[in-house]
Amino acid sequence: MSEKVLMKGNEAIAEAAIRAGCMHYFGYPITPQTEVAAYMSKRMPKIGGTFLQAESEIAAINMVIGVSSTGKRVMTSSSSPGVSLKSEGISYLAGCDLPALVVNVQRGGPGLGGIQPSQSDYYQSTKGGGHGDYHNIVLAPASVQEMASLTVKGFDLADKYRMVAMILADGTMGQMMEPVSLDVEKTEPVEKPWALTGTKCEREHNIVNSLFLKPEELEIENFKRYEKYKYIEENETMYEEYLMDDAEVCVVAFGITARVAKNAVNEARAKGVKVGMIRPITLWPFPKKPLMAAAEKVNSFICVEMNMGQMIDDVRLAIECKKPVELCNRVGGMIPTPEEVLAKIESAAKNGGAQ
Amino acid sequence: MSKRVTLFAGHYGSGKTNIAVNYAIKLSEEGKKVTIADLDIVNPYFRTKDSEDELRQAGIKVLSSEFASSNVDLPALPQDIYSIIDDKTTFAVMDIGGDDRGAYALGRYAPSILEENDYELFMVINKFRPLTSDVESTVEVMREIEQACSMKFTAIVNNSNLGEETTEEDVLGSMQYADAVAKATGLPLKITSVKENLLKNLDGKIDNLLPLRLQKKIN
Repeated sequence: MSEKVLMKGNEAIAEAAIRAGCMHYFGYPITPQTEVAAYMSKRMPKIGGTFLQAESEIAAINMVIGVSSTGKRVMTSSSSPGVSLKSEGISYLAGCDLPALVVNVQRGGPGLGGIQPSQSDYYQSTKGGGHGDYHNIVLAPASVQEMASLTVKGFDLADKYRMVAMILADGTMGQMMEPVSLDVEKTEPVEKPWALTGTKCEREHNIVNSLFLKPEELEIENFKRYEKYKYIEENETMYEEYLMDDAEVCVVAFGITARVAKNAVNEARAKGVKVGMIRPITLWPFPKKPLMAAAEKVNSFICVEMNMGQMIDDVRLAIECKKPVELCNRVGGMIPTPEEVLAKIESAAKNGGAQ
Repeated sequence: MSKRVTLFAGHYGSGKTNIAVNYAIKLSEEGKKVTIADLDIVNPYFRTKDSEDELRQAGIKVLSSEFASSNVDLPALPQDIYSIIDDKTTFAVMDIGGDDRGAYALGRYAPSILEENDYELFMVINKFRPLTSDVESTVEVMREIEQACSMKFTAIVNNSNLGEETTEEDVLGSMQYADAVAKATGLPLKITSVKENLLKNLDGKIDNLLPLRLQKKIN
C-alpha cells in the first residue's frame, strides 16, 4: 500500500520521523518550521511518544543529547536563527559520537533576517556551525516526498555512523504542499551497545562524554572520527544527474533552487542548448566525483543558490578550478526565477566557458 | 440565496484561502458588491493577499494585514475588518486561519455575526490531509474550531484533493467521506470544490461544484 496524502513539507518530516521510530521530539517554535512541532504535538500524545516544547532552542538540543545517550531515536527542528542557538549542542553531539536528526528549514539572514526562504546556512551546515573538528551528514530534499524519504534515511545514517544527520530544507520546501506516499520508506534500525541503558550489574558501564583529560586521547578521538568521515565520503554520497550525457554547461543546484533550475534546463534544451544538471542530495559528503567527471566534459558550471555564493566554493574545490564556475543567485527571501537561470545558461553556452 | 457573511474555516492546509478567494469571485460575477477579509493569524504564507491583484480587478475589496506575505510573522489583523461587520450593503467573505488556533481570531467578531444572523460558516474538509482523513478525526477538528470561535458550523465544503495530481476519481472517491461527515454532523454538504480542469468531467456527477480558477502556487 502506498496511498498518497497531501502534506506540507514540514508535516512530511514529522510523520516520516514517527514512522522511522522517532518517539521523542524536542523543539521550540519558529517560522517557517513550526508545523513540524505542531504536527508532533498532535501525534506524539496519541502514540505514547514525547512532544516537548522546550524553553529555548538551547534547552531542546540538550534534551536531544540526553535522549540520544539512551540509544533512542530523537529529533529537533528549527529555522536558521534557532539552529545557530543549537550549534553548541550539535558540537557536543559530535564530540560524544551521538546520533540525532536535526532539521533546519532555512529562512533569510543574517540576524533575525526574515521568514521567507533561503539557502544561506550552507556554510553553517556543511562546515561546522559549532566549534571543533566535525561534520554533520547534510541532506537536501527537493520535494515533499524527499522531505519524508530523507528524514528516514537521516535517522538510519545517524545511527549507523553515530553522528548528527541534518535535513537542510528551506521555507518553501517546508511550506509547500504536495502529494506524498509515506509507506514506501523502510528504516534500518541498528544495535547500540554503547547506549546508557543501565548495566543491571551485568556489564561494564558505558560513558557518553566529550571531555578528554589527556590531549593525546582527544587527538586519537579526532583522528578516528575523521577516518569515519572519509569512509562516509566514499560510501554515502548521494546526487542526481540530469541530462548530463552531452552537456556543455553544467548547472549545480540543491533543494528548491534545483527545481527552478530543472525548469530552466528543460527550457534551454527546448531551445537546443546542451545543458545538464547535477543536484547534490548530500551536501556533506559533497558529490565531488561526478562534478570532477563533468569538469572533463563541460565548458562551464553555473551554481544556482539562494545565498551570496556558498556551495560554489565546494564546486570549485571539487573540480579543482578546471573550468569557470558562475553564480546565479537571489537572497533575502527571494527565489530565482526559471527565466533568470535560463538567461545565465544561455550566456554561459554562448561564451563557451572561454572567459 | 447567498448569506451576507460567508466564512471558511477548517483544518490547517485544507484549502480555505483558495476557496474563499474563488467564492468571492463567484459572488462578484453574480453582480454582488463583495469584500474579502483575511483573518488568518496562523500562517504567514499563502494568503488572500497573494491574489490581491486578481481580486481588485474583479471589483472585490480586500482587507488584509499589511504583514501578510511579508518577511515578518506577526499575527495581526487590520482594524478595518470591522467595516464588513457594520457595512450591511456588502457581501462579506471571511478567510479564517487553520485549526482551533486560527479560529480564535473569529471569536472576536462572532457576537456581531451571530446577532445579525445572516451568515454561513463553512467547514472545509480534505480527505487527503492525514490528520482529517477519516470522519472521526474531521469531526474532532470541527468541534475544536467551534469551541475556539464560539460559533457553530452551518455547512460543509468538500475540497478533497491531492494538489496538482488530483484526478476525477480522487474527487468522486471522496464523496462517500464528505457525505459521511455531513451525516455525522447533521450539516448539509453545500459545495464540492474542484480545479477547473476537472470541472467538465465531474459536471452532472456531483452537485454544487465550485470551480477553483484562481490558484496560487510556487514554481
